[in-house]
Amino acid sequence: MNLTLKIWRQKNASDKGKLVDYKISDVSPDMSFLEMLDVLNEQLINTGDEPVAFDHDCREGICGMCSLYINGEAHGPDRGVTTCQLHMRMFKDGDTIFIEPFRAKAFPVIKDLVVDRSSFDRIQHAGGFISVNTSGNTIDANAIPVNKADADEAFEAATCIGCGACVATCKNSSAMLFVGAKVSQFALLPQGKVEATDRVLNMVKQMDEEGFGNCTNTGACEVECPKGISLENIARMNREYLKASLKG
Amino acid sequence: MSGILNSSIGRKFAMALSALFLMFFLLQHFAINILSVFSPETFNSTSHFMGTFPLVQYVLQPVLIFGVIFHFVMGFVLEIRNNKARQVSYAKNNGGANSTWMSRNMIWSGLAILAFVGLHFYDFWFPEINTKFIEGDMTGLIDPDNAQSGFRYFEELQHKFESHVRTIIYVIAFVFLALHLLHGFNSAFQSVGANNKYTKGLKNFGKLYAIIIPLGFIFIALFHHLKHVLS
Repeated sequence: MNLTLKIWRQKNASDKGKLVDYKISDVSPDMSFLEMLDVLNEQLINTGDEPVAFDHDCREGICGMCSLYINGEAHGPDRGVTTCQLHMRMFKDGDTIFIEPFRAKAFPVIKDLVVDRSSFDRIQHAGGFISVNTSGNTIDANAIPVNKADADEAFEAATCIGCGACVATCKNSSAMLFVGAKVSQFALLPQGKVEATDRVLNMVKQMDEEGFGNCTNTGACEVECPKGISLENIARMNREYLKASLKG
Repeated sequence: MSGILNSSIGRKFAMALSALFLMFFLLQHFAINILSVFSPETFNSTSHFMGTFPLVQYVLQPVLIFGVIFHFVMGFVLEIRNNKARQVSYAKNNGGANSTWMSRNMIWSGLAILAFVGLHFYDFWFPEINTKFIEGDMTGLIDPDNAQSGFRYFEELQHKFESHVRTIIYVIAFVFLALHLLHGFNSAFQSVGANNKYTKGLKNFGKLYAIIIPLGFIFIALFHHLKHVLS
């Protein structure tokens, strides 16, 4: 496959940045999207140019590091996959592919396609945990019976890898699917109920302070989420938040 | 509870509550308007009751006006805030791949509805308030000095729908209302947290409501217009 790539190049956070065109040939349809970028970077290094900076780590869809807004969609045109799991067979010979960083005020660009997603970490620090005694008398989690349906829903919420595709794809740059998933995974389990009130209030407060937009329920996040996190998690967070606001 | 409106979820909840109230009002408005097709007498007596009953006039009407203003103002506030959350736009964005046109363009369908509400107030509400509260005529009669002249409401409605232009504007406005409701109905329930395994049927009901109610209003406008044209 021969392709034209329009890639966002930005030297650093304060640079204005622009789209730069690159030609790449002999791309195998079996390559992953990141492997295709590796080939491009080798090409750039060989010609003495600066390689394109992009985030990646596990390359098997579980770490949440890779990002990229490909042809107008977070993680590209495939469904239920991260960029590292996206294959070049999703594109046709001769295609022009736009590759941009995830865009949001709360995800500032560091360099080229790499963005700073530490706002997600700060939201997690605000309440995305349970305070378990780890001094040697830790109780086995399985000692507390959990309803199977709740356990399954909590597990589904916990599959969120925090990649930020929900924010990138939302027309309002809202982080509510991420926060909804993180609130839900604890709200559904007995271990999470003790700190439920403070958790949702603090996480939503932090989310608002980070400058994410407001959810208008378009559902785009659910469609683009590589882990298929459901909008039901946002509804649950809304209920938890209202309940907590009435209490506190 | 303090400061709930300062949070993103609080604002979303308030927006949804005003939307649910307005959707309930719309249903009630439709129920009365459709009477004009089947029985002008019942339409007249119901309109007179709604126009003069103190609870409706002095309690529900101000609440409704507040609800309308709140919904529009909050809609604009949220739109502005949301636009600020992404300062650099994408060079290529394929919104149609993951969301409906209706959900992405609520501000535009909302503005079309706002323009229509302006026309609707000019057509019916301002003249009504003028007759009742400025001229002081609470009789609802065509000729206030003649009790036999009958109520004026049905006549006024027929008169407004004689115009081609006004009828077309009404039809277009209700198409925009349908587009707004196709996203808005279920969005309001999602915002108040009503999206779980027990509310699956609500989504289909929302779509039905969003199509049937505006279609009903279009039918009423066309019915009176065509009646005039064909007579």
